[in-house]
Amino acid sequence: MAVKKLSKEKVGEALGELSKFRLIAPAKSDEVVVFKQISDPGEAFLDYGNSTVPPKKFAFPQTETLFRFMVGSPELKEKNVEEEGTTVIFGLRPCDARAMSIVDKLFSWDFDDPYYLKRRELTTLVGMACVEPPSVNCFCTSLGGSPFGTEGLDMLLTDMGDYYLVQPLTDKGKKLEETLSAHLEDAPADDEKKAEGMAKESEGKIRRSIDTEGIPEKLPTLWDNELWKRVSAACLGCGICTFLCPTCHCFDIQDEVDEGGEGRRCRMWDSCMFEEYTLHASGHNPRPTRRERTRNRINHKYSYYPSRFEVIACVGCGRCINLCPVNIDILDILDQVVDA
Amino acid sequence: MKNPYIPYEVKILDTWYEAPGDRCIKTFKVTFTDEKVWDTWNHLPGQCAMVGIPGVGESMFCISSSPTEKGYLRFSIMKAGKNTSALHELEAGDTFFVRGPLGNNFPLEEWKGKNVVTIGGGIGQAPLRPVIQWIRDNRADYGELELIYGARTSADHCFKDEFKEIIEEGECECHLSVDVEEEEWPHFVGFVPQLLMEVAPKPDNTIAVTCGPPIMIKFVLQNLEKLGFTPDQVYTTLENRMKCGIGKCGRCNVGHLYVCKDGPVFSYAQLKEIPEAFA
Repeated sequence: MAVKKLSKEKVGEALGELSKFRLIAPAKSDEVVVFKQISDPGEAFLDYGNSTVPPKKFAFPQTETLFRFMVGSPELKEKNVEEEGTTVIFGLRPCDARAMSIVDKLFSWDFDDPYYLKRRELTTLVGMACVEPPSVNCFCTSLGGSPFGTEGLDMLLTDMGDYYLVQPLTDKGKKLEETLSAHLEDAPADDEKKAEGMAKESEGKIRRSIDTEGIPEKLPTLWDNELWKRVSAACLGCGICTFLCPTCHCFDIQDEVDEGGEGRRCRMWDSCMFEEYTLHASGHNPRPTRRERTRNRINHKYSYYPSRFEVIACVGCGRCINLCPVNIDILDILDQVVDA
Repeated sequence: MKNPYIPYEVKILDTWYEAPGDRCIKTFKVTFTDEKVWDTWNHLPGQCAMVGIPGVGESMFCISSSPTEKGYLRFSIMKAGKNTSALHELEAGDTFFVRGPLGNNFPLEEWKGKNVVTIGGGIGQAPLRPVIQWIRDNRADYGELELIYGARTSADHCFKDEFKEIIEEGECECHLSVDVEEEEWPHFVGFVPQLLMEVAPKPDNTIAVTCGPPIMIKFVLQNLEKLGFTPDQVYTTLENRMKCGIGKCGRCNVGHLYVCKDGPVFSYAQLKEIPEAFA
């Protein structure tokens, strides 16, 4: 079967077709691009670099209900994720899809997380290859990713100018291709080869890098190194590096009750950069300052996570560098780790 | 498979205070409202559970009863924050919720044939109690049992009646202490690490298990080494703030280990490798 293409003129109708699912696509929101549920194909904004906020919230919502209850009643009503329905995330970047496959390991480790895993099962990921690296701070190639990477994706689209090359990668992707078949045409025979060349070219334009070899083993040996004080000195503890990270997955659990006694237990994103994150009821805090918290963030991503799951919990999207209000740069920290 | 975030309701059979004060300690003896839960509930000494009330929250506590005690679970809880204060309001007949069992356990199978000495301080005796009870209920499987326990004052001692019973029956060597002198106190006066040196248990074929305030654990571990215990003969339990209890939410890690999943029970040999373990 020939490789297919989706003409840019037909993107609107293809997205219309996908609207029968919960359709998530990049869209403008004020000055930034974010992923959101769209009902009108016109809202989709595919000519973007990368979204300011990663699409992780569609697998792991910023706040989600675990169960509902009435105060004083023994009945706990479990949230049914199935009700959210089949979801298509259209146009995400390869790094963000790879991030989801990394986070999958955590949510399926030992205890299965029923909420996250059900949502992942219901979701098809349609990626958009990075013909140009979206940011000066992209470094996906240092972490085993690529601007045209397919890990975690069900389908990859590549912008060929007037049309997108459509490459299904999994059974889910093939099924989606069938759904879209009325809107697809045969692609020129040499397009896949051409895309390989484009991938090489895009990789060559990535300007930042880190050699991660040996970092997971070296980090624990630098526990008391002065570098942690240095690299955390400017930190405001705002947590943006973790909230905007596609692999950060830490959460808090809180109960909310309304005036009528109806309540829900929910979980919400939390950040290891916050003081309360590890604060004991006794008042003791094992990570009392930003030095310990920064050290934990870097160790968690680059040492603890690979020691358990054999993959570094960073995909090199560059968001934590781009958006840190005081210009803390994870590559600069890692360079200091290498040099220490 | 059962959703690991959904707790079971338990009914309080009995409650009593172990220690008085602003940070009083109350023991709850509970059973599952749905008796069928007992068919699938299997815990071992050292394991924990998330304990709480929907609308208030939940927090992690060790299960302070041994599985050899049938028909109930025990939790001994210090009043410290919002959730524990709400739990302290509850009395026999009231209900709360429990999620577990969580975490690992003391390797009591491996310890068969060995002597066991427990070294506890304050509420730190709670995770040691199921070890002691397990050995009392499987007496032939273990060698000598020796108990070392202290608290600030005699009123702060947890499980007073059980210690009294053990001493009166002459079941095993039992050494108690208070931090400061008080009238008619017949036992040791001083800190637990000092009492440990006074008692000086022999390391031969012996496992030492300790739990208490971090500063006590630190000196107990040092003193055990002085007494000739090797790090793989020494066990302790750690605690940290927890939310999920199942190795997902991130916060309870010491180094690369999750206290909720890889612990709470660790050997000193394991913890020596983790600089964050005693932070």
